Amino acid sequence: MNATADALTPQQARARRRQAGGRGWALVGVLLALITLVPVFVVIGSFFQLDSELWGHLRTHLLPQVAANTLWMSLGVVAGTLLLGTGLGWLVAVCEFPLRRFFSIALLLPMAVPGYVMATAMVGITEFDGPLHQLLRVFLGSDARPWRLSGLGGVVFALTLVLYPYVYLLARNAFLSQGARSLEVGQSLGASRLRSFFTISLPLARPWLAAGALLALMEALADFGTVAVFNYDTFTTAIYRAWYGMFSVQSALQLSGVLILAVIIVVIAEQRLRGSRLYTSLQAGGAHDPRPIVLRGSLRWLATLCAGSVFMLAFLLPAIQLIAWAAPNLARDFDARYIGFARNSLVLAAIAAGLVTALGLLLAYATRLSRPAALGRITARWATLGYAFPGTVLAVGVFVPVAAAGDGINHLLALLFGEQAGRVVLTGTLFTLLLAYCIRFLAVAHSPLASQLQRITQSLDEAARGMGETGLGLLRRVHLPILRRGLLTAGVLVFVDVMKELPVTLMIRPFGWDTLATRVFQMTAEGEWERAALPALAIVAVGLIPVILLLSQTERRNA
Amino acid sequence: MRHAVLPALLLALLAGCAPAPDDNGERIVVYSSRVEQLIQPIFEAWTRETGVGIDFITADDQPLIQRLQAEGASSPADLLLTVDAGNLWNAAERGLLRPLESEILDSRIPATLRDPAGHWFGLSIRTRTIIYAPDRVDPATLDSYEALAEPQWRGRLCLRTSKKVYNQSLVAMLIEQHGEPRAEEIVRGWVANLATDVLPNDNQVIEAVAAGRCDVGIVNSYYFGRLVAQRPDLNARLFWPNQQAADGTRGSGVHVNVSGAGVTRHAPRAALAQQFIEWLTSPAAQELFAGLNYEYPVNPDVPLDPLVASWGTFSQSQVNVARLGERQAAAVMLMDRAGYR
Repeated sequence: MNATADALTPQQARARRRQAGGRGWALVGVLLALITLVPVFVVIGSFFQLDSELWGHLRTHLLPQVAANTLWMSLGVVAGTLLLGTGLGWLVAVCEFPLRRFFSIALLLPMAVPGYVMATAMVGITEFDGPLHQLLRVFLGSDARPWRLSGLGGVVFALTLVLYPYVYLLARNAFLSQGARSLEVGQSLGASRLRSFFTISLPLARPWLAAGALLALMEALADFGTVAVFNYDTFTTAIYRAWYGMFSVQSALQLSGVLILAVIIVVIAEQRLRGSRLYTSLQAGGAHDPRPIVLRGSLRWLATLCAGSVFMLAFLLPAIQLIAWAAPNLARDFDARYIGFARNSLVLAAIAAGLVTALGLLLAYATRLSRPAALGRITARWATLGYAFPGTVLAVGVFVPVAAAGDGINHLLALLFGEQAGRVVLTGTLFTLLLAYCIRFLAVAHSPLASQLQRITQSLDEAARGMGETGLGLLRRVHLPILRRGLLTAGVLVFVDVMKELPVTLMIRPFGWDTLATRVFQMTAEGEWERAALPALAIVAVGLIPVILLLSQTERRNA
Repeated sequence: MRHAVLPALLLALLAGCAPAPDDNGERIVVYSSRVEQLIQPIFEAWTRETGVGIDFITADDQPLIQRLQAEGASSPADLLLTVDAGNLWNAAERGLLRPLESEILDSRIPATLRDPAGHWFGLSIRTRTIIYAPDRVDPATLDSYEALAEPQWRGRLCLRTSKKVYNQSLVAMLIEQHGEPRAEEIVRGWVANLATDVLPNDNQVIEAVAAGRCDVGIVNSYYFGRLVAQRPDLNARLFWPNQQAADGTRGSGVHVNVSGAGVTRHAPRAALAQQFIEWLTSPAAQELFAGLNYEYPVNPDVPLDPLVASWGTFSQSQVNVARLGERQAAAVMLMDRAGYR
């Protein structure tokens, strides 16, 4: 008799191996999720100390208003970023028009502007004695009706302008990797360009668009600075009111828990609606896609005008306002220390980008290869929740357990080696800060990678295996070329996010690790907004250079 | 250069926070919510004078206090420095500060501006007062915080959002003086008198008064100082409210808060930290500490900045600032009930 293993057909053996590998991947995913769930556990723990009097107050006087406000803001930001991001992404990826190569990168630049900075610049521009009203008065006479950006309109406007690049970047990837052939198929079947956009391109891009809009939504939900500038009360306002005003960090954590729950519901709903459709592409590399639509006549310039006006509103105008504020303070505030601030920002952003992108890739594969597959989907969902936390709450959710873990280790060391044993200090080190970045930004790296990974068919994997490529070889020679654009997107997004991140850096940073973002805080904390323009501009300048270099390189390859 | 960065980083990771080069070997560690440009010149002066260096970190009050609490006995912090009494009170409530016995501090700082139990001490006074447009308001018609709730100011008042601790402290003082029902009436009166939706910061309140969007507002005096130092012709003046009661006796006084400090419970260098606080109340340090931001020194023997002195003298509230912290949560809830956003 043959041994049992010999009785298996090669297919069965492969299936069994994949099953075992799938369990390994599931373990990787669960481990990753456990690390990133640390702040969620802190939130869950907080529910054991419920202050019913405070909750009663919140329920009567705050929550109805802020819940409604938050809903309107979310709808506005999702609609705004989807509209701008998808439209511009499609235009740049599929059409040919004057200055397209310039705009394909320039349209990303608003991403480097922190939301509260954009908001402040916009308020400055539309102030009563600001440039816009002076201009209006020139044209309309001195009694032009005063108009200013405020409330919901201001919040949605400012947040859309800084957050649409998330959708734009992912949408562009989606349209570029769909391949021209899907459009050709549509046109050969007699569909108009417009119709094939809505019936073919858009549905095929869905995971990318959903991922981008979800990132924008989570960022908007966690935002505190932008809504504060416009004095619009959202859920985070209630969180900070409970914490800073009523000194109840437990209630702040509990309210964050409610916010996270809402995000979970949105994510699950989107995935349910999407169902089990596949989004693979036959030309997933997309390296040589010709731009199928060459716009003609006035349409060409209309496209340029569209891209140009978004670029002007979202980047040029605020940048000019910031320069106008920064210039008078340059002599007083700009000194050699800025080199140190910039270096700290760059070092933190670069390490975090590398680290988080690697973890994001690991998580994306864990999601794809886990068996049972449902486990993979669940771990991905939980592991990326850190992005929905308001920054300071997440900082507490990471710092407190790390400090407790440090204490635990020290007790253990003292037990094992006596009082002479060395002590471990985790808090106040880069370790804690980088851990918090990983937890916060894993979603940002995971989204572009997971959606890009969907372009790779199972049959491509099998064909490659048939030719003897397995494991790392398969990853390096087959997957990485296809994933390159997703990796780049992930790295760039995390890099820029860390450059402008404030609350986590502020609370957790070690001595001497002041960054450009914390410099902005030094000025804004005492209401000196105009002096904050200088470090804000520095964030934009220093954060953008690497982005432009990276992207112009890939553009050259795609062009 | 590039090759040096990675090993240096790894080293920093392993060693925790590598201390900066020593001055005379001694250093103290300060956690501060008072921002860098308002403390660094003072820290440098102390180091020049004593040879003791200072490491510091700045952040918002509550995250700093949370960090201090989480670090527990292994915290490197010797001193917590904040810009309002409420947060110091909260830190003391959580057992994060140690009481000090210091004749120097007790004699230099008025009793209402420090914790009765000695956990923390005010270092500079921040007055919250009334601002008005001199071309539209006769200062004789101004009287008190309470009077701003009266109907004659309907549609003429500008307030900053109630999210800021300065307003929370002000309402806490009203609760302390009048009890909750009367305080709520006053706050409701303010809300009814608003000329425009609440504004995000004190600068905008001053600008709104100057630009004619409203006639009166309530702001911290140093915001006015900063603006007027840049624009001497600003169309706005300060008014000191609550100087005289209805019966002609002394009024309840201008609302004051403090920027202050306390030594942490687990301070590794507590004695040195106490010396530092004592030094901060010395005349030279007081002049610098308050003068950097047009605030008032706590030490009454210290001369005022000329601009600050030009605003005249006033009597201040005799409510101990510790009570403001104690009443803060109630004040926030009261403002929510009164619709003061």
